[in-house]
This record gives sequence, structure tokens and C-alpha cells, in this order.
Amino acid sequence: MNDVLLDVTNLTVRFPAGRAGPFGPRRHVHAVDGVSFQVRRASTFGIVGQSGSGKSTVALALMRLVGISGGDVTLDGMPLSALRGDALRRARRDFQMVFQDPYASLDPRRRAGALIREPLDLLEIGSPAEREAEVLRLLSQVGLPAEAGRLFPHQFSGGQRQRLCIARALASRPRLVVCDEPVSALDVAVQAQILNLMRRLQRQLGLTYVFISHDLAVVQHLCDEVAVMYLGQVVEQAPTHRLFAAPRHPYTWSLIAAAASHGAAGQAMRRRHLTPGEPPSPIDPPPGCRFSVQCPHVTARCRTEAPHLRPAAEGHLAACHRMEELGVPDFGLAEVA
Amino acid sequence: MSGTTIPPLALSVEHLGVTLAGRDGPLPVLEDVSFGVPAGRTLALIGESGCGKSMAALALMGLLPEGLRCDTGAIRLLGEDLAVAPPARLRALRGSTLSMIFQEPMTALNPVFTVGEQIAETLRLHQGLDAAAARAGALEMLRKVEIPAAAQRLDAYPHQLSGGMRQRVMIAIALACRPRLLIADEPTTALDVTVQAQIFDLLKTLQRETGTAILLISHDLHAVADIADEVAVLYAGTCVETGPASRVLAAPEHPYTRALLACSPRLRLGAAAAGPAPDLLEVPGMVPPLGQRGPGCRFAPRCELAGADCNHPPPLRPAGAGRAAACWRVGDTTLEAVA
Ligand SMILES: Nc1ncnc2c1ncn2[C@@H]1O[C@H](COP(=O)(O)OP(=O)(O)OP(=O)(O)O)[C@@H](O)[C@H]1O
Ligand SMILES: Nc1ncnc2c1ncn2[C@@H]1O[C@H](COP(=O)(O)OP(=O)(O)OP(=O)(O)O)[C@@H](O)[C@H]1O
Ligand SMILES: [Mg+2]
Ligand SMILES: [Mg+2]
Repeated sequence: MNDVLLDVTNLTVRFPAGRAGPFGPRRHVHAVDGVSFQVRRASTFGIVGQSGSGKSTVALALMRLVGISGGDVTLDGMPLSALRGDALRRARRDFQMVFQDPYASLDPRRRAGALIREPLDLLEIGSPAEREAEVLRLLSQVGLPAEAGRLFPHQFSGGQRQRLCIARALASRPRLVVCDEPVSALDVAVQAQILNLMRRLQRQLGLTYVFISHDLAVVQHLCDEVAVMYLGQVVEQAPTHRLFAAPRHPYTWSLIAAAASHGAAGQAMRRRHLTPGEPPSPIDPPPGCRFSVQCPHVTARCRTEAPHLRPAAEGHLAACHRMEELGVPDFGLAEVA
Repeated sequence: MSGTTIPPLALSVEHLGVTLAGRDGPLPVLEDVSFGVPAGRTLALIGESGCGKSMAALALMGLLPEGLRCDTGAIRLLGEDLAVAPPARLRALRGSTLSMIFQEPMTALNPVFTVGEQIAETLRLHQGLDAAAARAGALEMLRKVEIPAAAQRLDAYPHQLSGGMRQRVMIAIALACRPRLLIADEPTTALDVTVQAQIFDLLKTLQRETGTAILLISHDLHAVADIADEVAVLYAGTCVETGPASRVLAAPEHPYTRALLACSPRLRLGAAAAGPAPDLLEVPGMVPPLGQRGPGCRFAPRCELAGADCNHPPPLRPAGAGRAAACWRVGDTTLEAVA
């Protein structure tokens, strides 16, 4: 058995963005542009990056919920990106998704039990009696009482609703669960409950997660490997412990500085590494390194020639022309108090 | 901020009580809440969802929703009690002396007016500026909140700006008249970390310039630790701990504050990044809904230190320099430490 469950190669998603003027050329939002990564079985792969960097679009493309403009997605040897119609519908039991807003992703008129059973009904898994038993098992698995099955979504708290969404995502016994900001709408106390639940379920069921978040501390807590996205591209990717010990891309430095702890050390880090301003428009971005507009270390070459991801260390990739020269920032002084 | 003298209070909330009209009489929403924000300083109001943070903010603004009323206590803004101020007086104060930033900037900005018009409107209304002066003032505010290409953005509509820029515009409007108190209700929850750090830096810079007192609302004490001088922790409508932010963070007194701090993961950098993360501490259970608060300490049902004495509600009592906590156990441990 191959160690890799999910293999993403050169994934590209473009959205039409009208024309530049009435006779101008057709323009596109390059939401995801040539993204490649592999996710090992029973591991958690994190995707971080600023708002608009394309994280959710990657998730939706993996789920085949948005059109793929190019590239391949393979789940355990099965070419997901090539599946159509009934074959795609049948394959869906293997990959499920948990969304940020647990309320918006649940039909308010259906009871929790029916919502959890729905994927089983749609995919025709088990007999009706088996499905009912499965619903009870799932409820207890996510820490909800059996009676919760009779309640409507609005009768749950935010944290309970997210438990419900997780139960529903697990109903078809998927191998891959794609989580898009699953705890971002929850307060810290409930977030801890959900993160612990996700880790426990992973240990018990051997689940593989793709986990999207803009909270670096949460990503560090949960993920084995992390990809950093900027304007539709992966700019750095590494095992979690390496990314936070020796990040190599100036955008990663900025992201880490923004999230660094309070106190003088964190402030010093922000002064040094936090990049001001905003990313350029994702509509037909300029050639060269996309981060060059904001990068404090920019050179003439960066503006014209796009850097490719290349090895910085074992299992560690970064896309920066000046990687060797810039080295690793001294984050030692910013250790958490 | 320890050691320096604390400036006079811009805002002092004393024994504030807010109730919701219910079928069987009023239900307590906030009970005996007291805290103060010194001029030019920032107090963070912390607590889980449903603890009453937003209701406290709306009570201060005189904007409580239908059915809720402020029926005990005082809200002193520069000495004037807002709890008993007539609506006309509150309207005059709002937007000038007292202003607020809401969690979702899109709902607070008017989609049919340009951001320049919206800032200028505030200046015209509260400072009596003419149109040209107000527009110039609006441009200056956009520059202050570090919006790139401010002159062009003056004529942009809210939907043409990113979430971070919209929140900057909200800050520009809120600070245009140099308020003495700014209330910011989860101003960065909808934004990503980079923008959040930029917005906090901006608030601090502007605060140094204007001396505005800031009441910052958040559910994450770590997230606001950098900008807050003081904190007040709310639990189920009561204030359970107050004190200087750095000291409350380093050594929380109340079991609830301790639990809140322990349940969020901390970013580990450099050498500390090695090794797997342990499971997070969980606070079992949830905040009791309105009408289901027990007679004793509100936190007792979820507290691992709870005992029989917790059936009596503990008052907020002094617990070291500039600090207070509402927990019967806090006295005990202090005694142990002294002995
Ligand atoms: N359906 C769509 N049509 C056109 N553009 C889109 C569409 N969906 C997303 N985009 C654009 O694609 C880019 C990537 O968006 P995406 O939602 O993937 O970002 P994200 O990283 O998930 O951001 P956030 O952290 O805010 O959720 C953005 O510029 C966005 O405006
Ligand atoms: N319009 C309303 N009418 C009646 N009760 C309300 C209303 N708004 C809020 N409440 C209740 O008042 C209590 C305090 O709510 P509040 O909005 O102040 O919480 P919060 O601490 O701001 O939470 P969050 O972090 O979710 O914003 C809650 O029990 C809530 O259900
Ligand atoms: Mg997203
Ligand atoms: Mg609120």
C-alpha cells in the first residue's frame, strides 16, 4: 500500500472576471494556480494563507464542488479530477467536507438525525435499520447524546452544530475529510473541544485531513505538514515542526510575525517581518514573484522571473530566488512567554 | 504598565445590571458588572459566546435591543452617568465623545454612499464642518488608517474594498471626531491574522495620538494581549476577574480565566516548535443560557475546584495589586502563598 492518500498535481482553478473594456481580452481570477502537494495516510495537511489566497478554492476543487481548469487530483490511485456523473457520485463516500459556518451548511428544516443519515441515504449505504443504528453510533462518536438526533439545527449551540457537521461528514466512512476553517466561527473554549474531537477521531478511524485555517497556532497544533499559499500559489511547504522552526519564505515570516505572541519579542518580530499593504489583484496577476509587490527583500529579478518551489531541506520546499542569501530569521527571541 | 501611575478613568462602569423582559418577570443578562477604562488605555472585555460582552457594549452606547434594559448601576463617561442620560444626550455623544466599531463592517457601513461621504458625514454632523473641510478631513482620516491610494479610495463604495480595508474605514469613521471612548466589539474576528495585527497596531498608534480610551471585546485573551492594558473577564453576565492584562495572563486568579487561557493553542516558534502538541485542555459543559443561571457561583457547575461554599455567589474581591477576582478559592490560595 502506497503511503500517499491524496496526490494533487498542478491544480489550477480560474474564475471568469469579465473583460478589460468592451473589446478587451477576457480576464480571469487566478484563484488557484499550479498547486501541487501530497497528503500521507492518517495525517493532517494544513493550508494557511491570507484571505483570498485560494485556500477554500483548493478545498472545493478537491471536493469537485468547483470546476477544475487544469491539473490532477488522485485519491488512493483513483483519478478524482477525471470522474464524471455516477462514478463521481459513488466516489464521494470516500471524501467529505466540513465547512466554517456550521449553520449555513445544514438544512434548518431537517432534524439532526436525518441530516446525519442523508449521505447514507444518498449513497444508498446499508439498510434503513442499519442507517438508524449508524446515526446513533455517529452521534455518540462526536459526543452528542442520542436524543440530539431529534432536534433541529437551531436548537444546537455553535459547537454542537459543528459536532453535527462532523458526524454527517463521517457518516459514509470517508478516508479523506477536507475541513475549511472548521473552528474559526467558534469561541476558544468550544474550539478546544472540537480540535480534541478531531484528533481523537483521527486516531480511532485513521482519518486523513486537509485542514484549512488562518489561525497558525491551531494549524501547528493539528497538522503534520503545512502549505503556505499566497495569491493562488504555494510559496512554502514543510513538515509542521520545520515550518515554525526554520521558515524560508518572507511571506511565511510575515504570517508568523502577525501571529506571534504578545510582548516585546512579538512586537520586535512584527516590526521586522510583517509586510505592510495588501496583495495585488488576483485578476491576471503580473509576471514574476507574486509576493514581489509586498516583499521587503524584492530585487529586479523577482519582478520579472517567477520563482519555483525548490527544496530548502528534506521535505521542505520554498519558492524564493533569495532563499539561500536571506537564510532563516531569528525567531528564538520570540519564543512564547 | 505596572509601576506607572494610572490616569483618571475615562469610563467607569459600576454595578451595572441589565435585564431582559420575560414572561415570568425580568431575566438577568448582566449582573453587578464593574470595570473601569483609564484615559488613553485599553481594557479588554473577555468571555465565551453568550457571556454578555456585546450587551455590555450596547448598554454603554444606549443601544440595547428591544426588551433589554439597564436597570441598576451607573455608567460614568468622564463623570457623566449615561445610564440615566436622556436619549437626545446619548445621540449627541454617540459618534463624537463615544463611538463604536462593530464586528461585521459591511453591516455597519452604508452600501449606497462612498466611504469618503460616510466619514465626511460624521465630521459635518458632530464638528459642524462645511462640505469641503469635511472632505479634506475624510481624506486625512483615510491616510491615518493607512489605506493605500487614499485619494482614490475616498470615492470607493464599501463593496469595492477588502474586509481589512472596510474595517479600517470603520475605524476612520469611529475616530474621526476624536472620541474619548471607543468601543470595539470583536473588530478583527472576521479578518485574518495579518490584517488583525495591522489593525491592532493601527489602533495603538491612533490611541497614542488621540488619548482615546478603548474598550476591546474578544473571546480570546491571547489575541488581544498585546493591545490590552487591563482586562475584565465576564462569565454568564458577571464579572469574574479584573486586573492588568500582563499579570492576569501570566497568573490568572479565577479558575474560569485559567481555563480560557489553557484551552487555546499557543504558537511555538524556533526551537520550541519541535515535538508533538498535547491535547488541549477542555472546559466541560457550556455557558448557562439566560434564565438558567444557578443561585451560587455561575461557573461552579463547570469548575473543578467547586465545593459546597460555591452555592453562595462570590463577590469580586481584591486579589493583589490592581486585581480582583470573584472566587471563594482565590482567598484560600493567597493565604497559602502568604503562609
Ligand atoms: N465563484 C467565484 N467567482 C469569482 N471569483 C472567485 C470565486 N470564488 C472565489 N473567487 C476569488 O478567488 C480568490 C480565492 O478565493 P478563496 O475563497 O479560495 O480564498 P481563501 O483563501 O479561502 O480566503 P478566506 O481566508 O477569506 O476564506 C479570491 O480572489 C476570490 O475573490
Ligand atoms: N436581542 C436579544 N434579545 C434577547 N436576548 C438576547 C439578545 N441578544 C442577545 N441575547 C442574550 O443575551 C446574552 C448575552 O449575549 P451577548 O450577545 O452579549 O453575548 P456575547 O458575550 O457578546 O457573545 P458572542 O461572543 O457570541 O458575541 C445571551 O444569553 C444572548 O442569548
Ligand atoms: Mg476561505
Ligand atoms: Mg458579541
